[in-house]
Amino acid sequence: MYPENLKYTKEHEWVDLETKKIGITQYAQEALGDVVFVELPEVGTHLEVGDSIGVVESVKAVSDIYAPVSGKVIAVNEELLDNPELINQDTYGKGWILQMEITEGEEDLLDAQGYQKIIEEE
Amino acid sequence: MKEKMIFELSAPGRKAYSLPALDVPTVAIDELLPLDLKRETEPELPEVSEVDVVRHFTRLSQMNYGVDTGFYPLGSCTMKYNPKINEDMSRLPGFALSHPYQAEGLSQGAMKLMYDLDQYLSEIAGMQRVTLQPAAGAHGELTGILIIKAYHEHRGDFKRNKVIVPDSAHGTNPATANMCGYEIIEIKSNERGFVDLEELKKVAGEDTAALMLTNPNTLGLFEEDIVKIADIVHEAGGLLYYDGANMNAIMGYARPGDMGFDVIHFNLHKTFSTPHGGGGPGSGPVGVKDYLVPYLPKPTVEYSSEQEQYYFDNERPHSIGKVKAFYGNFGVAVKAFTYILALGGKGLKEASEFAVLNANYLKAVLKEHYYLPLDQVCKHEFIITPTKEMKAKGIHTMDIAKRLIDYGFHPPTIYFPLIVEEAMMIEPTETESKETLDDFCQALIKISEEAINTPELLHDAPISTHVSRFDEASAARKPVLRWKSTYFGD
Amino acid sequence: MNFVPHTQSEKREMLASIGISSTDELFRDISPEVKLAEELKLFPGLDEMSLRKEITMISQENAHVDEYVSFLGAGAYEHFRPALIDHLLLRSEFYTAYTPYQPEISQGTLQAIFEFQTAVCELTGMDVANASMYDGATALAEAIIMAAGQTRKNKFLISSTIHPEYREVAKTYAWARGMELLEIPYQQGLTDTKELEKMLTTDIGAVVIQNPNFFGGIESLKNIVELAQKNKTMVILCADPMLLGLLEAPGKIGVDIVVGEGQPLGIPISFGGPYLGFIATKEKFIRRMPGRIVGIAQDRKGNEGFILTLQAREQHIRREKASSNICSNQALCALAATIYLSTLGKSGIKEVAEQCIYKAHYAKSVLNDIPGVEIAYPNTKSFKEFVVKTEESIESINKRLLDAGIIGGLDLGEFYPELKNHMLLCVTEARSKIEIDLLKRVWEGEE
Repeated sequence: MYPENLKYTKEHEWVDLETKKIGITQYAQEALGDVVFVELPEVGTHLEVGDSIGVVESVKAVSDIYAPVSGKVIAVNEELLDNPELINQDTYGKGWILQMEITEGEEDLLDAQGYQKIIEEE
Repeated sequence: MKEKMIFELSAPGRKAYSLPALDVPTVAIDELLPLDLKRETEPELPEVSEVDVVRHFTRLSQMNYGVDTGFYPLGSCTMKYNPKINEDMSRLPGFALSHPYQAEGLSQGAMKLMYDLDQYLSEIAGMQRVTLQPAAGAHGELTGILIIKAYHEHRGDFKRNKVIVPDSAHGTNPATANMCGYEIIEIKSNERGFVDLEELKKVAGEDTAALMLTNPNTLGLFEEDIVKIADIVHEAGGLLYYDGANMNAIMGYARPGDMGFDVIHFNLHKTFSTPHGGGGPGSGPVGVKDYLVPYLPKPTVEYSSEQEQYYFDNERPHSIGKVKAFYGNFGVAVKAFTYILALGGKGLKEASEFAVLNANYLKAVLKEHYYLPLDQVCKHEFIITPTKEMKAKGIHTMDIAKRLIDYGFHPPTIYFPLIVEEAMMIEPTETESKETLDDFCQALIKISEEAINTPELLHDAPISTHVSRFDEASAARKPVLRWKSTYFGD
Repeated sequence: MNFVPHTQSEKREMLASIGISSTDELFRDISPEVKLAEELKLFPGLDEMSLRKEITMISQENAHVDEYVSFLGAGAYEHFRPALIDHLLLRSEFYTAYTPYQPEISQGTLQAIFEFQTAVCELTGMDVANASMYDGATALAEAIIMAAGQTRKNKFLISSTIHPEYREVAKTYAWARGMELLEIPYQQGLTDTKELEKMLTTDIGAVVIQNPNFFGGIESLKNIVELAQKNKTMVILCADPMLLGLLEAPGKIGVDIVVGEGQPLGIPISFGGPYLGFIATKEKFIRRMPGRIVGIAQDRKGNEGFILTLQAREQHIRREKASSNICSNQALCALAATIYLSTLGKSGIKEVAEQCIYKAHYAKSVLNDIPGVEIAYPNTKSFKEFVVKTEESIESINKRLLDAGIIGGLDLGEFYPELKNHMLLCVTEARSKIEIDLLKRVWEGEE
C-alpha cells in the first residue's frame, strides 16, 4: 500500500525523490472515491512547503493539494485532465500529479512506516 | 419511458403561439437596430405546437415525485403539504399582476400584506422587525450575517473577523460566512450531539463576530444550554445567528428571540408551507432585534398613521443596502401569509406539536430495527443509520434510501449531518397521518430484513423506476450540460 | 383551518407507542426560562371561505395591469403569457417536489432544467448555463464574484446605465467580500466608452454592462468588448433575453459571462418577485459558476438520464470554500421560462422582440410630437424602453394619465438626481396602437 521507496506527508501526498514526482496516496484516493477532476499548477511556479498547488475533486468531496516540498514546478501530468481516474487506478504510477525541482523540505518528509502510523491514528 | 427533448419535437414552421397583428407603422428593422450587432445565426429554439408543449411537460411532470405524490420525509427540508388555497391567493390579479414601481397609492394591498407578515413573523420568532427581501434561506443567511457585519463596523469594531459554526451545521453556514469575508471556526459537538460549552468558551473572544446555530440542531435536538451559549457569545461581544431551517419544531413553544438570538432567517418554503417548486422559488425573510433594525436592507415598509397609508422607507443611512431587486419573492410571501392566517397562533403551535409527535413516533418504532446513535427525545427530525449487521452485508445508507423508492416513498436526507456516519435524517412533518407513518415504518422494517437476507435487492435498487442508479463519476468527468442534436444518436 | 390529519385516538395510540401520556413531555427539553409561557399574539385561524374573502379584499387594494394600461417597465415587464404556462406550472408533481436529489424519481424536473440550460446557451451563445439564480440582480453580483475568483483582482467597472437596483445589490455583495466597484459614467444614455477606456487599468477584473441598458438604449457592445480584451479584462453582460432573438449572441462577440433577468419569459410581474436569474459562461470557467447544474449521466442499464452534476463546487460539499452559498435555484420560474420559450419558439421570440421595437419606436415618434416633450437621447437606438424629457413635472403628467386609467412611466429623478423631468417609458407587444395614441392624447390634455 505504501511503497518503501517513496516519502510521504501528513497531508497524504507521496514524493518520489528519484523522479521528483508527487501525487496523493492510496489512503487519500480511497477516501475521496472516484476522482473526476484535477486542477494542476502552472509549470514554472515557485512553491514553498504548504502552498496550495491544486485541487483533486471527486463526486462527493474536494481535497486541496499542498506542496510537500519547496521548489519549482517542472512538469504537470496533463493526462489527468482527460483521465482523472488514473489517480484511482494507478496511484503511484500514471496517477502522478506534478514534478518539482526540489530545493528544500526533503528532510521533513515521512518514510513509509512513519506515514503508516499517522494513518492508523486517523 | 423516455421523453424526447422538446428540441427534438421541432418541425420547421410549426407554431404554438398567436400574437396580435402588428398595428403600428413599420420601418426597416435594420434602421432601428445597430447593424454590427445583428444576429447572424438564429437560436435553435423549438418549433412545436401547443399540444406538443402541453403533452411534453405533462409527461415530464409524471416522471417526478412531489409531496402530492406521497410521503417525503427529507430531513431539514420540511416537506409538509402545500395547501391549494395558497396557490389561488398568490395568483389573484391584485398580487400577480401588480408592478413593483407602481405608485405607493396603488400598492396599498401588497404593502399591507408585507407589513402584516413582518409583524406576524416577528411575533413568531420574538424579533422586532423582519425583512422579506431575501429570496431563499441561504440568501437570508447572507443578509443576516451582513447585518451583523454592519453592526460591528458601525460601532468601529473592525477586529471581529471570525464566525463560529458547529460541525453539525448546514453547509450554507460556513459558505455564507466566507462570502461575507469571515474566517470560519468550526467547533466539535459533544458526544450527546450538542454544542460543547468548553469548546465554545475556548474560541469565543474579541475576534468573534457571530455564532451561527440551528436550534433544534440538524440532529433534531434542542440545545439544552442555549441560554449559556448565548451568554458566552454575547459576553465575548459577538452576536447570535439563528438558522431557521428547523423552525417547524418550536412554533408557539419557544422563540429564538427569547433564547438570546439576535438575527434569524426563516424558510417560508419549509415552515410556512409554500411549495419548494423543484428547487425554488423559496423565500428567506430575516428578523432582527431592535438594535439591528437600522441595518435591515432597504426599503422597509412603514405605516404612516397621519396619512393612513403604507410607504416604502428608503432613507436608511445604516442599511446594508439591497440584497435583491425590488422587495423579495413577494408571490411566495403571499402564500406564507395565507398559511399563517389559516392556522392562526393556535394552529401554528399545533403544527409544531404534531411535527414533533410524528418524529418521536417514527423514532420509537424504527429504533427497534435500525441503529439510533442519539437516543433521546427529538424535535421534528431524528437520525438513524444501518445496523452493524447490515453493514456487514455491505449495506450502505444509499442502498436503503434507493430501496425506499421501490416501496413508493421519497428517501430521507442522507449522509447529512456530516458528523454522523451513514446518516439518514428523517423529518415526517405534521401533515402526515398515522397510517402513512405506519406504511413507511413497514417499508423500512421490511428493508431491514432484506438487508440481512437478500442484500442484493438493496444493492440493485431502485428497480421500479424507469431509470436506475446513475454513474455520477463519469458524468462529472465529461460533463454534458446542454442538448445538441449530435449527442442523441438514437 | 389546519392540516393535521390525526384523530384523537390516533394521537393517544402514538403517545402510548412512545411511552408518554402527553405531547408536553416531548417539549421538556426546552428549558423553562426560554419556553413560551403564553400563546402567540396572532389572530385565530380562519376557515377557507373567510380566508379567501379576507385576502381577496387585501389584493383589491392593489392596482394591476389588467385594470390599467401600463407603460411602466424598468426591470419588470408586462409581456404576453400563454395560458398553458400556469396550467403546466400547477402540475403539482412539479411544484410540490424538492430539489432533485434523487434522480430516479426526479427526471421531470431534471430534464426541464436541462432544456432550460440548453435554451439559455442558445440565446446567449455561451457554452454552459446553470439551473438558474434568484434574479437578475443577484446573478449579476455572483458573476462579479466569479470574475474576482478567476482574475484574483478586486476592482470592477460597472456602468452607470445598469439598473440602479442591480448596482445596489452588486455593491452589497462587493462590500461583503471587500471588493471595489467603480461606476462608468454615461453619455447620451449609453456607457461612456471614452471614460471607460481611461478607467481600464491593469488592476481591473471585469467590466460590467447591461444591454439594452436601464434607459432602454442598445450599447456599443463590440466596442466595449474590444476595449476590455485589449486590457485583458473580463466582460460581464446583463442581457434582456427577449432581445437575444434579434441581437448577436454575446458569446459570439467575446463576452465572458452573461447574466440576466428571465422574468419577461412568461413570469408574472408579481410586485417584483419571484423572478428568474440566469447565468451562462465559457466552458473554461465552469468550475467557478455558482448554483445547481444538470448534466447527462448513464444509469446501470446504460439508459441516459439526468442528474445534478459538478456538485463538488457547492456549499454542501465544499462548505466555506464553495463558489457561492446558493443552494436553491428558481426551478419553477425556470420551468415557466422553458415552457414560454418552447411555446414562442424560434420565430415567436423574434416576433415579440420586433413588435416591441416597432411599437416603442412608434410611441417615441408620437410622444415627440407633443409640445414640451422630447426624446432624451434621439440618436441612441433602443429596444422596448426609452427616455423622454419634459417641461412639465413627471408627477403631474402621471397624475393626469392615472385619472384616465393609464400608469405612466418611471420618474428617473428618483434614481438619477440629474434626470429630473425625465421619464422612462416601456412599450411591449402587450400595448396596442390605440393605447399608445390614447397615451398621447391624455398626455396632451385632450382627454
